Amino acid sequence: MSAGVSAPAVAAPPSAPSQGRGRGPGGGIRGREGLAGWLFVAPVLLVLGLFLVVPIAMALWVSLSDWQGQGSPFGNGVGFVGGGNYSELLTTPGLAQTDFMTSLRNNAYYVLFVVPLQTVLALGLALVLNGKRLKGKGFFRTAYYFPSVTSSVAVSVVFLFVFSSSGVVNSLLAKIGVDGPSWFADPRGVVHLLLGGLGVDTDAPPAALAGRSLGGLTLWDWLAGPSVAMCAIIALVVWTTAGTFMLMFLAALQDIPVEVEEAAEIDGAGRWQRFRYVTLPMLRPTLFLVLTLGLIGTWQVFDQIYVMSQGAPGKTTLTPAYLSYQSSFNNNEWGQGSAIAFILFAIIVALTLVQRFVLRDKDDGRERAAVRRAAKAARSGTGPTAEVSR
Amino acid sequence: MTTTTTAAKPASAAAPKRPGRRGGLGRVAGYTVLVVFALVYIYPFLIQLATSFKTEADSTAHPLALWPDPVTTAAFSRLAEADYPRWFLNSFVVALVVTAGRVFFDSLAGYALARLRFRGRGALFAAVIAVMAVPGVVLLIPKFLVLNQFGMYDSYSGMIVPLLADAAGVFIMKQFFESVPVSVEEAARIDGAGPFRIFWSVVLPMARPALITLTILSFQGSWNELPHFIVSRQSPELNTLTTGVASLVSGQLGSGNQYPLKLAAALLMTVPVALVFFAFQRHFVRGGTEGAVKG
Repeated sequence: MSAGVSAPAVAAPPSAPSQGRGRGPGGGIRGREGLAGWLFVAPVLLVLGLFLVVPIAMALWVSLSDWQGQGSPFGNGVGFVGGGNYSELLTTPGLAQTDFMTSLRNNAYYVLFVVPLQTVLALGLALVLNGKRLKGKGFFRTAYYFPSVTSSVAVSVVFLFVFSSSGVVNSLLAKIGVDGPSWFADPRGVVHLLLGGLGVDTDAPPAALAGRSLGGLTLWDWLAGPSVAMCAIIALVVWTTAGTFMLMFLAALQDIPVEVEEAAEIDGAGRWQRFRYVTLPMLRPTLFLVLTLGLIGTWQVFDQIYVMSQGAPGKTTLTPAYLSYQSSFNNNEWGQGSAIAFILFAIIVALTLVQRFVLRDKDDGRERAAVRRAAKAARSGTGPTAEVSR
Repeated sequence: MTTTTTAAKPASAAAPKRPGRRGGLGRVAGYTVLVVFALVYIYPFLIQLATSFKTEADSTAHPLALWPDPVTTAAFSRLAEADYPRWFLNSFVVALVVTAGRVFFDSLAGYALARLRFRGRGALFAAVIAVMAVPGVVLLIPKFLVLNQFGMYDSYSGMIVPLLADAAGVFIMKQFFESVPVSVEEAARIDGAGPFRIFWSVVLPMARPALITLTILSFQGSWNELPHFIVSRQSPELNTLTTGVASLVSGQLGSGNQYPLKLAAALLMTVPVALVFFAFQRHFVRGGTEGAVKG
């Protein structure tokens, strides 16, 4: 790239004087290019600066203030409260803390279910679709990918009907004799339901859990699991996003040279062994990418909550992103809403960094091991087999 | 490379002896999985299509039926009488202007970052990358604050201007321009063409594939956008399809569950994106993965 860019600069000086321009060699061109460069990026710079950088700075101020939404946040009546909004959310017992902790719990369970499910589904579909001599690939790929391009509002409306109490899912369940729940009105956590099924009295939960609390929520509440309502949203999101990730896996699978798999097959590796020791290691970069994107995306869930549940029932679908919106726009607690946005920002950045750190370490180790293994194989294994097969 | 391929060919011809029988079984299993999931993926859309032509009583009594009984277009005529056409128009105008803006501004900036030499270019590109990492949802409240401060809240300009450029688009265009050989531009430069002329009449015509990808992504993105229109407007007459249909769901149109109406509204708003998708699927697939890789 750098070579391509420097080439015209070298070529330019002789041509400039020959055109009869009165500019200094190189400098004129460079100067004109410099001005053009800044003019070219100016619109993007202006939009991103005014509606991305400035807003963040402004919200940082609001998150440190007690602004109630009246007039300008820089007006006279607005007071500086320092970290007050943050401590109300994180450490001071009260409604704000309970709500925020509830939203963190809900989103954590959501992430815990959505990320593995969508990754496994995407990988599974990609593996099947990548099979040789398969007919109708294009049709299946389109079918799985289509929901990803449609509006989140539209598919949310469809799923509201699919999961309504007299809707598609419950009618199907009724056919096999199961009485389906009224999904979006059911705040019971699935872990609680499971424990109830195992004989734990959910109306009078064990004192060891119900008696102790952390961040305004009892341990019993922390362990609730996603509510039945949240499960419907989880199903929707997994269904919608798996298609995009499937395409990434498919692209990566098609990049694996056929010879590698064939070599493993010749060496007598079974289907599972080939997947575990050949395909999966080669998919590792894509797998990491999918997990990271999944993790970042799931902590931002907003559209589906806004359309389908608005945090109900019993605040079990409340997420930090939605709580931030609700505190600001509905309750006029702009300081708190902005503070939630920044905490969410920090969570996402921290998760990304932690994941990057953990994976980099592992990657290095594995890569070295892989290189060693490959070298060994080249010396002993694959060489002779190739000769034999010829 | 070629030697290994030729070496492997006979091997693949010899290999299927053992897995041959299992391959047939595996293929049946593979197709079963694919068909089951295709049903899971297509059935909801078929139900949606059928239900939007049902009466409300029919939709509640027979949610699984793929044929409405009786067939009625009541949902659609009620939508036509309501604000729906207005929402459609708003979405269309916003998506059109945003797409035009993004394609032009993003490719201008992408070209400058790829080809023009100027001080601060490296820092600018780093800033673009940093901006892409900011999670969109975090910007909800901040965006409202700024629009309110500038007096742009609850207006078309507030809905459109903040979306006119996006870092991901700049990134895609920069990547593309770097893959184009420089020689053509050099010839134009020697002929005395200025940077904008070179960009406009030499480079841009060559960038068609990237421009199509960016056009599609921008159209789809702005058509489906919800959060920005929640925080940039409040008047009902500025509703786009996303905010409008979302307000339908919270039920302001009389009694009952209104499922035929809601599903018809969701169906119609899907049509334009679906048309673009089926016409340009190849570009969608490429843009989707590219756009995601940067994220």
